[in-house]
Amino acid sequence: MTGHRAGEIKGWRLRRFESPWVNPKLFWGAGLLLAIVALGIIGRAFWNLDLAFTGAAPLKLPPVGFENLRGQEGAWIHPIGTDGSGRDMLALIVIGAPNSLFVGLLASLIGMSLGIFLGFSAGFIGGRTDDVIRVVSDVMITIPPLLILVVVQSAWGDVSLTMMALLIAGFVWQSPTRLIRAQVLSMKQSGYVQMARLSGASTMHIMFREMLPNLVPYLFGSFIANVTTSIVTAVGLEVLGLGPQRIPTLGRTIYEAINAGALIQNLWWWWGIPTLLLGLMFIGLLLVNLGLDEVSNPRLRKL
Amino acid sequence: MGRIPRSYLLNRVVTLLLTVWIAATLIWIIPRLSPVDPADIMLGRMAAGAGAVENADQILERLKANFGLNDPLVVQYVKYIRNVVIFDFGLSTATFPTQVSTLIARALPWTVGLMLLSVVITFFIGNALGALMAWDRSPKLVRVAIPAAMVFTSIPPILSGLLLMWILAAKLRWFPLTGAYGLTVEPGWTWGFVQSVIHHGFLPALSIVIVTFGFWALGMRGLMITVQGEDYVTLAKAKGLRPRYILYRYMIRNAILPQITAFALKIGLLVAGQVLVERIFAYNGMGKLLYDAILDQDFPVIQGVSFVIILMTAVSVFLVDLVYPFVDPRVRHDGGEA
Repeated sequence: MTGHRAGEIKGWRLRRFESPWVNPKLFWGAGLLLAIVALGIIGRAFWNLDLAFTGAAPLKLPPVGFENLRGQEGAWIHPIGTDGSGRDMLALIVIGAPNSLFVGLLASLIGMSLGIFLGFSAGFIGGRTDDVIRVVSDVMITIPPLLILVVVQSAWGDVSLTMMALLIAGFVWQSPTRLIRAQVLSMKQSGYVQMARLSGASTMHIMFREMLPNLVPYLFGSFIANVTTSIVTAVGLEVLGLGPQRIPTLGRTIYEAINAGALIQNLWWWWGIPTLLLGLMFIGLLLVNLGLDEVSNPRLRKL
Repeated sequence: MGRIPRSYLLNRVVTLLLTVWIAATLIWIIPRLSPVDPADIMLGRMAAGAGAVENADQILERLKANFGLNDPLVVQYVKYIRNVVIFDFGLSTATFPTQVSTLIARALPWTVGLMLLSVVITFFIGNALGALMAWDRSPKLVRVAIPAAMVFTSIPPILSGLLLMWILAAKLRWFPLTGAYGLTVEPGWTWGFVQSVIHHGFLPALSIVIVTFGFWALGMRGLMITVQGEDYVTLAKAKGLRPRYILYRYMIRNAILPQITAFALKIGLLVAGQVLVERIFAYNGMGKLLYDAILDQDFPVIQGVSFVIILMTAVSVFLVDLVYPFVDPRVRHDGGEA
């Protein structure tokens, strides 16, 4: 009996090694991110989101089971309390949390597409095109996006969520471009690409069918890293009081909480819940990235 | 130029100048593409302060003339670039008529001081921990505990800052909540002032250190794993050298070099993170200046601060690039004839 079970466990271990995609870090990271998306979807179905826009409730109400400085107890009408102007915290985060993730994914997706296009152009065409792309990406990679975007948004006033994502995308194409360019340059010399070229395959075919699949692990890592950078930049803008003004975002909620002195007044739920959600989001992204690293680099799997 | 080949130096200098020029140009173009007119906003502020403004049209014209907004765009641009070169960003509109450069000069030492402190601490702690994680002789506890703690290092410093502020400043009252020095001490080189500065700077620095060392540790771990498999490490072990000696002289020394390059790419994000930390701690640096300027819609200050921070970043990257060939003699920048 025991021998049989030991064999089973051994077999399972073996299978886990055979398929690197069954990776605990990847699993938990993706789980955390999906949970945040689920919060948005389920929240929209079961909670009245108008509460995020109307300040009808008592101000600074604590979550259920706690008491605020005025001795008010939390009530189930507002399970995780209200903010300084009586808006429901649950409604705020149901709208805000998926939006942060959305900005990050959209900006990173656009940046990645630009990066693939520019990286392949630079690596393949070479010459003057390569020089220009290389120099511009070298230059742009040292400019912190937050500071240019501060100028953009303070000059342009209110922006929509999509507009913010587009603006951030203008600063996250450099690292994929550099990465792909370097890989393309080394792959161009490899046997299978030479083979494909000799057999008369079109440039498009070589780029997208022969080379791109080999880049996937790098691209995933770079994509996730850019999602993190984009969300950090978006939250940074929001905490400085910029970013979308008409829809609630996690960063803006933190901004309002700090300005109202929520830290001294011990209104921890007001700034703490958005902070916690953002923290979980970043941890989820990190785990996914570490998991992908282990998938593509077996040497790291030891730990 | 000693050991730095001229072509490499030229290349770096051109990249630096190009970065600064592009940043300055972006900062100049963006407000001009905006549908909102800065002069209108200033007038709006005046109206908000003084009720109805008489002769609004005339004032608007004077303002535009003073700011040179009626000149052709090319003239404006040339004037702007000439002013940027001598760090003249005009006058602050919120604290009129203070020079923007005066405000920046006042804030800059605080930012640079805090940054140097946190970056140096982070770099040492991060690389040491990363090396220990990958070393086959380090205690088991180190190898298990650090990766677990490192999960939290993906968090931007503004979030850790809020958390530390709440626990250590608001709850326990061990550290002051905001500011760069106490209101009761006189700025100057006195022991009381220095003490107050350290006391106030501890939390902002800690919130940066706590979330950035993991980046170095992770990178170092990966590099150490690669170095471990190298022939020279095997040879050193076979020679019977002490494990500690191998760790310091053979492994860390070789693994740390790519970390320095990674550092150059990370500077921009570090700077942006610190701006936000300064904002939540109301620390007297560039971050607070920027935040106050955004609140007041003080365009000249926003532009000046953004430009100076980008300049700082570009110069730091340039310096790291210059130092690198001295640290790593294997790197030759001119194709091998140096």
